[in-house]
Amino acid sequence: MTEARITVNGKETPISPAAPHATVLDFLRERGLTGTKEGCAEGECGACSVLVARPGVNKPTDWVAVNACLVPAAALDGQEVITSEGLATVGEDGTPPALHPVQEEMAVRGGSQCGYCTPGFVCSMAAEYYRPDRCAHADPADGAEAHADAEHGPNGFDLHALSGNLCRCTGYRPIRDAAFAVGEPTDEDPLAQRREQAPPAPVATEYARDDSTFLRKDTLAETLRVLRERPDAVVVAGSTDYGVEVNIRSRREGCVVAIDRLPELRELRVESDHIEIGAALTLTEIERRLDGQVPLLAELFPQFASRLIRNGATLGGNLGTGSPIGDSPPVLLALEASLVLVDADGEREVPLAEYFTGYRQSVRRPGELIRAVRIPLPLSPVTAFHKIAKRRFDDISSVAVAFALDIEDGIVRTARIGLGGVAATPIRALATEAALEGRPWSAETVEAAARVLRGEGTPMEDHRASSLYRSAMLGQSLKKLHAQTTEAVSS
Amino acid sequence: MSHLSERPEKPVVGVSMPHESAFQHVTGTALYTDDLIHRTKDVLHAYPVQVMKAHGRITRLNTEPALDVPGVVRVLTGADVPGVNDAGMKHDEPLFPDEVMFHGHAVAWVLGETLEAARLGAAAVEVELDEQPALITLQDAMAAESYHGARPLMETGDIDAGFADSAHVFTGEFQFAGQEHFYLETHASLAQVDENGQIFIQSSTQHPSETQEIVSHVLGVPAHEVTVQCLRMGGGFGGKEMQPHGFAAVAALGAKLTGRPVRFRLNRTQDLTMSGKRHGFHASWKIGFDADGRIQALDATLTADGGWSLDLSEPVLARALCHIDNTYWIPNARVAGRIAKTNTVSNTAFRGFGGPQGMLVIEDILGRVAPQLGLDPMELRERNFYQPGQGQTTPYGQPVTQAERISTVWREVQDNGGIADRKREIAAFNAAHPHTKRALAITGIKFGISFNLTAFNQGGALVLIYKDGSVLINHGGTEMGQGLHTKMIQVAATTLGIPAHKVRLAPTRTDKVPNTSATAASSGADLNGGAIKNACEQLRGRLLQVAASRLGVNASDVRIVEGVARALGSDKELAWDELVHTAYFQRVQLSAAGFYRTEGLHWDVKTFRGTPFKYFAYGAAATEVEVDGFTGAYRIRRVDIVHDVGESLSPMIDIGQVEGGFVQGAGWLTLEDLRWDTSDGPHRGRLQTQAASTYKLPSFSEMPEEFNVTLLENATEEGAVYGSKAVGEPPLMLAFSVREALRQAAAAFGPSGVSVDLASPATPEAVYWAIQEAREGAADQVRTDVAALSGA
Repeated sequence: MTEARITVNGKETPISPAAPHATVLDFLRERGLTGTKEGCAEGECGACSVLVARPGVNKPTDWVAVNACLVPAAALDGQEVITSEGLATVGEDGTPPALHPVQEEMAVRGGSQCGYCTPGFVCSMAAEYYRPDRCAHADPADGAEAHADAEHGPNGFDLHALSGNLCRCTGYRPIRDAAFAVGEPTDEDPLAQRREQAPPAPVATEYARDDSTFLRKDTLAETLRVLRERPDAVVVAGSTDYGVEVNIRSRREGCVVAIDRLPELRELRVESDHIEIGAALTLTEIERRLDGQVPLLAELFPQFASRLIRNGATLGGNLGTGSPIGDSPPVLLALEASLVLVDADGEREVPLAEYFTGYRQSVRRPGELIRAVRIPLPLSPVTAFHKIAKRRFDDISSVAVAFALDIEDGIVRTARIGLGGVAATPIRALATEAALEGRPWSAETVEAAARVLRGEGTPMEDHRASSLYRSAMLGQSLKKLHAQTTEAVSS
Repeated sequence: MSHLSERPEKPVVGVSMPHESAFQHVTGTALYTDDLIHRTKDVLHAYPVQVMKAHGRITRLNTEPALDVPGVVRVLTGADVPGVNDAGMKHDEPLFPDEVMFHGHAVAWVLGETLEAARLGAAAVEVELDEQPALITLQDAMAAESYHGARPLMETGDIDAGFADSAHVFTGEFQFAGQEHFYLETHASLAQVDENGQIFIQSSTQHPSETQEIVSHVLGVPAHEVTVQCLRMGGGFGGKEMQPHGFAAVAALGAKLTGRPVRFRLNRTQDLTMSGKRHGFHASWKIGFDADGRIQALDATLTADGGWSLDLSEPVLARALCHIDNTYWIPNARVAGRIAKTNTVSNTAFRGFGGPQGMLVIEDILGRVAPQLGLDPMELRERNFYQPGQGQTTPYGQPVTQAERISTVWREVQDNGGIADRKREIAAFNAAHPHTKRALAITGIKFGISFNLTAFNQGGALVLIYKDGSVLINHGGTEMGQGLHTKMIQVAATTLGIPAHKVRLAPTRTDKVPNTSATAASSGADLNGGAIKNACEQLRGRLLQVAASRLGVNASDVRIVEGVARALGSDKELAWDELVHTAYFQRVQLSAAGFYRTEGLHWDVKTFRGTPFKYFAYGAAATEVEVDGFTGAYRIRRVDIVHDVGESLSPMIDIGQVEGGFVQGAGWLTLEDLRWDTSDGPHRGRLQTQAASTYKLPSFSEMPEEFNVTLLENATEEGAVYGSKAVGEPPLMLAFSVREALRQAAAAFGPSGVSVDLASPATPEAVYWAIQEAREGAADQVRTDVAALSGA
């Protein structure tokens, strides 16, 4: 029996007697830190948002907000966590604590009503407050202001930082006002200072209670050896899928292996003929590090779940679960990506189009991990990702369509179309691609190809959408793309 | 100006201040019921045994296997109930049922040392069922004529004559969905056995007195042996008016039987599948207009989906009938109501309490028929407004007071929103954009304030002044985020003449103020504010005597302002703390119980006539949307609201209620989509949208991009505390403007003059089908004309 420890609000705290499946949320509340709330237990409401010190993109350390309800406490062995209670500066000699700037703005602007979602909002907001490049393009010295619109404040605050937080009381206006009012961290701010130091290193963990173990190994080789020895082991990175299973479907596993900090799975390299993205990089890390280099991915990320989820979720996880409604496969199919699979015997590369074999099934063998995703270069110039869902922020697709077209002199030279939500696996719309290639990019071609696209796959009927609507949206997405490329249409 | 509404010098009411718990909210230190378990020793966890079938008689309930699970302490069943096995007030809601009435019905509860043990124990309980046919949808129930409870009929004028005088008659049907409350804090209670066997329950409840009443009848003990406290709720919205009682009774029963604290907190799945929701309704209607588009007659039947037990369905239905007129004068009306009995959760109170459903029916009718009458929907609505000074009454016979405010807020919202210019801009935009259309709609509201049932319109308070000058107030209302406690502190400070920081508010407890009404019907501030004001006036009267003798003047010449007592026309003064200290030594009573009853109400439930409401709250909203013709997806570009809160007690709180209510209403009408399994498969009756991932609440992406809320000025209400008006519910219905704007935007894709039916909720898919209908407009037009003719 080994121990695991988390530094919570500056205090090192052992996680025992928590079970290996116990979440950070359970752990915090058991310790009396009840500011962190459970609202949904599936990473949808953000009432459990806390800050975690993670390897930074522009500074050594980033304060990253995650859903405490999804992450196993053991996964944060050796890591640093800040909760809403820890953001306020503790008063000395019984004086009341001083509010953190985001807390102050939330409190005075009416950002809380019932208050239950508030600690989570405060943590998500604080993460954005500390994002190093938040005000990069709002340099007051040259008088330039940050690009401000309904989703971006004059202080550089990106409202998508709060896309994973739900409030049932306020209607959000005062929360937006608070977010857009926060200033810059001061030099004395200890959390701002913390960004300048190296993040806590990953810690090899073997946390076992009863007949259940949570494991984290230092190296890929050791991890692959464990996976070979323990065929029952469940691999987790951000736990954004596994955590839901634990909470909602009471999944209990004998052995869980964390891979999210393995260096071999966290590289991002741009080569001359491809881009390689480590399977365990979080979507937020990919988004920030690619910084728009792959426009189709840049269009995908803001529509992929919420910032809280993207701070934990990985491409490896989205592909590894094999869900037919994951949002990354349609995009990666359109980009003709391939996967680098690795096991104790070595590596192999599999085109994504050949990876899925059935509902939540793939060619990935037991003991094999997705190490990286490769996207060939050059990229097709005309790309688009159309996600059909009830809600614009943080929803699951009814259908998702990704396009990557090469149109030269008005003729479609190549067409790659990835579809999600229309079959047991993500699929390429091969018949539609054929109906477009070699033809003029005209209303007539599009009309004919849209009819073909409507017939791709076998869209289902469920609580998200009717099959009729799903089919219609397949065709409409192509027509919309055509309109977008030929007319000035607001999207 | 009435004594009740008059404000003294430098009142604390009317000052904009943050929520009284804002500091604790943002630092995570505000305590909610379930936070208490981490401060309580030896807590047992209760977990429900849910049966996953929609209907059936229990033939065998075997709890033995649960007891074999390590950590399971006890299984609670109907045999354990010493009192009445009923969780409601109508004796149709057995706490431990022998008949499963909806998918997920809890039939027993397992107590465990840990939540995990209780969960595993619940999974081990064996239930055998004689399955029965289940009615899931309103259609199922209506076809089977499955109804329960009252069948009210509201009649006014002569509808036959009204239809005979009508130049245009239309008929139609409309069915619209309910709504899940989705308070962020799910149902929770913690019960403990206190000294001498008394039960102390901390519960997330909007109605502590009724929680107490039901716990006492379940336990078979008098009410004075049960105390209920509510610290605060993480949202209520009506969902914790009636629904917490049975759950609290389970915890209380467990505590009584084991002697240990018992806690339950429903997880989100349990809360969604076990607790009642806003009633979905079906409406069939026939309406007649004169040649100018003025309503002559309305004949309608409203059917509410009550679910499996009556709960609050009867008063919800009554309020729906009482609001079908909204802001429109309907001289001749016959509106019948009935409650369908279905095998689904027992639908209950939800912000607006039937009012939104009644009003949605008339707003839907007007939105649908305006094109057929050849009128702009704004014009049609305006023509039918109640007019002041003409003696117009509602269909239930209440005079419409302040009817001029209907037109005032309507006009002001147009001015504030620059509506005339924007309509031109929208027309130009639409002409230039074949695939994207914008539309702007204005709708108004009139919402009656008071409980329909007259007896509930009373409130109580207990105000204590300690000899150091600090003040502690208790009242019967509960805090669920609406800012009631903030307002009550402001009322007390105003009446006593002291700064707000001198006043502290204690959590709501049934042993402080007895027999309270639910914090519901938007009445919290009216009733409890009246009671606090009354208590504080008693205390102030006593203190004025003390001050008068110290200052050497007559008591009527003393004013207490900002914590200092002064004699009129004299520079002599006495600070509050010293005044209180003096009063104590003069043996003056420094505590008072306050009481308030709303005057002038009467209601005859049999004839469905009377004056059930003290006053009406008014408002208007202008909403502009943009719709994507390819997908039906939309954005709310701008919302302008003018709303009548009387003279605001606390402007920031009131604006928060208006904005939050509006977005919640928009959620109901556009996004939130309750779906049950209506197939004949093995999961018939299962709620399919039983998680935050499938039941989508409005998020930041649904917030209006520009959102301007103005409170109506010079709006003092004579009949309420310090001239204010209730605000909790009415703004929800301002969201009709979103729905009507979406309808008009969909119509803009087709030829002009097309009537568009829009499903509710108006999800992107529903809007897409409405667009398709508009595009095929010509064919559809013929159908509705035929309907109109056959109606005439």
